[in-house]
Amino acid sequence: MNTPFYFYTQFNLTILLGLKAKNITELLKGLKKIPAPSVYYHTHRFLQQHHYLSPEPPNDFAYWTANILSLEELGELLASVDTVSFNNIEDLRTTFIKILTNYMSAEKCNFNCPEGQEFDFMSCVTFVMPTPYVANNLKEFVKILDKITIRSLYFHVFEARIRLKKDENDFTAWFKAIGEFELAKKLSTLDPYTITLEGLRKKIITAVSKYAGN
Amino acid sequence: MPEIKQYIPIVGQSVVDEIHFLAEKFKGKIVQNINSTFVGGGVAEILTRMIPLLQELGVDVRWDIIKGNEKFFNITKKIHNALHGVNIQITPKDLDVFLQVNQENAREINLYGDVLFIHDPQPIALIEKKKDIGKKWIWRCHIDFTNPQPEIMNFLKSYIEKYECAVFSAPVFSRDINIPQFLIAPSIDPLSDKNKELSPETINSVMECFKIDRERPIVTQISRFDYLKDPVGVIKAYKKIKTHVDCQLVLAGGGATDDPEGMEVLEKVKYAAEGDPDIHIIFLPPSSDLEINALQRASTVILQKSLKEGFGLTVSEALWKSKPIIASAVGGIPLQIKHQYSGILTHSIEGTAYYLKQLLNEPEYAKKLGINGKEHIKNNFLITRHIRDYLLLFLSLYNTGDIVHL
Repeated sequence: MNTPFYFYTQFNLTILLGLKAKNITELLKGLKKIPAPSVYYHTHRFLQQHHYLSPEPPNDFAYWTANILSLEELGELLASVDTVSFNNIEDLRTTFIKILTNYMSAEKCNFNCPEGQEFDFMSCVTFVMPTPYVANNLKEFVKILDKITIRSLYFHVFEARIRLKKDENDFTAWFKAIGEFELAKKLSTLDPYTITLEGLRKKIITAVSKYAGN
Repeated sequence: MPEIKQYIPIVGQSVVDEIHFLAEKFKGKIVQNINSTFVGGGVAEILTRMIPLLQELGVDVRWDIIKGNEKFFNITKKIHNALHGVNIQITPKDLDVFLQVNQENAREINLYGDVLFIHDPQPIALIEKKKDIGKKWIWRCHIDFTNPQPEIMNFLKSYIEKYECAVFSAPVFSRDINIPQFLIAPSIDPLSDKNKELSPETINSVMECFKIDRERPIVTQISRFDYLKDPVGVIKAYKKIKTHVDCQLVLAGGGATDDPEGMEVLEKVKYAAEGDPDIHIIFLPPSSDLEINALQRASTVILQKSLKEGFGLTVSEALWKSKPIIASAVGGIPLQIKHQYSGILTHSIEGTAYYLKQLLNEPEYAKKLGINGKEHIKNNFLITRHIRDYLLLFLSLYNTGDIVHL
């Protein structure tokens, strides 16, 4: 039976929550209060906006504590959160809260950041839309993956799994559906958070090409 | 004006296809932009470029301006400065005049749009018509809102909160207000006269016209003659390094019809530059985009030493031309520059002078900053991204929830 893969894409419209933190106590307080899409936004924004940068700051919390508050150790702890291992945003939020709480109980460092460099809590509305691209087999998949926008790749690898609460990324799910279990396994072990999106595109194309007979 | 297909070689076919799709989803509604001037300043500039493209995409977007006399624009300039945190007195009488002009405009302007897209504080009180005519109202703030005077902020807040939503250019401008706030950065048009590729002959002829020596390094700041752009601070930074590096300084810019302060600032800049033939002060008329483009392309280093900044599009313009830039870490500038990766962020005259000397003496490092900067602008600050964000904003008025399936 033919199981085509329909390519979608997505856009984020950024929401400013009007909530700011000037020290880590306020960062923790804000982190507990913000809606789930805001946690998602602050842990995935850099992937889309700085997709040419590698290595890149993995999340806004790590970047702000290390670069604005100069709390390098805390920044490192927040940066080391293995985002790819989380299937839902609430668990991710809990992990960040735990790191901040533990750090604050051990260290007395609740000083304020310079004026104007506060942490601005943000969130986003995500618009999901279809693209004209449909792959009926791996050969077509590779061809299309080479020309879709970076946002389409992002949607199927990141958004679908953590935001739309699917167990795995869309590509892995499709490979399984068409009987390409080895390829699915290969892709599921990839940590997409540690490479640029263009790098990720190349890696997936290389992997799939081997199975597509290209 | 360019057609949308002309952007394909720059941003790719898929990006343009996506914009077409979003535009299709919004067809049938009229968006009416209202601001205070058709010429001068960043708002007029971006609307001039964007409206024809949106119309070509099939979106019915139009543009009207409010009318005001000199007294009104002097008051709106005071409001502008007070929002920037300048200690300036705005009297109850001033606010009465401000509201009276808004009321007159509300009576005279035909508010025909399904979406009323109101730009900046000058026409903000038009929102009073909402109770009579309904419709969707968006307030778009293009200015630095970091540290506004509380009195003027409270005055404006009473109007802002009547809108459906507000849009700011940088996260730092978000406020504790009771309506949704969106972040939409402005953009540059890579095909405009100000940003398109120029031939070496064109650049040379502009430099000759302004008598600028191309054999020695050129340091340039392009901006309106405005206290908040700190042109005198730029001259001070230049003087600090002039004894070590034989360079020239170009301060070039024009004025907007709603800015009565420009001439006063220009005189102070001329006074500060007196006696140094290597400082070129160039007052440009509104239609000088090609000259600005040529000046930027001929420059060795570009400065944007603003004290306050709405967004600072001149930074994106310079980076699009792969130029190394040193700019103040204010307003939307940190969104455009990642310090020491795609440019330099500074906080003082001394810091500006220090890095200026470094970039002039280390051209390879300066070149790398410019290359990285161009890539960042291509991905985030071109007009195609801006059009997409506005279409999403308009669509968000008619769709709820944090995930919208189109």
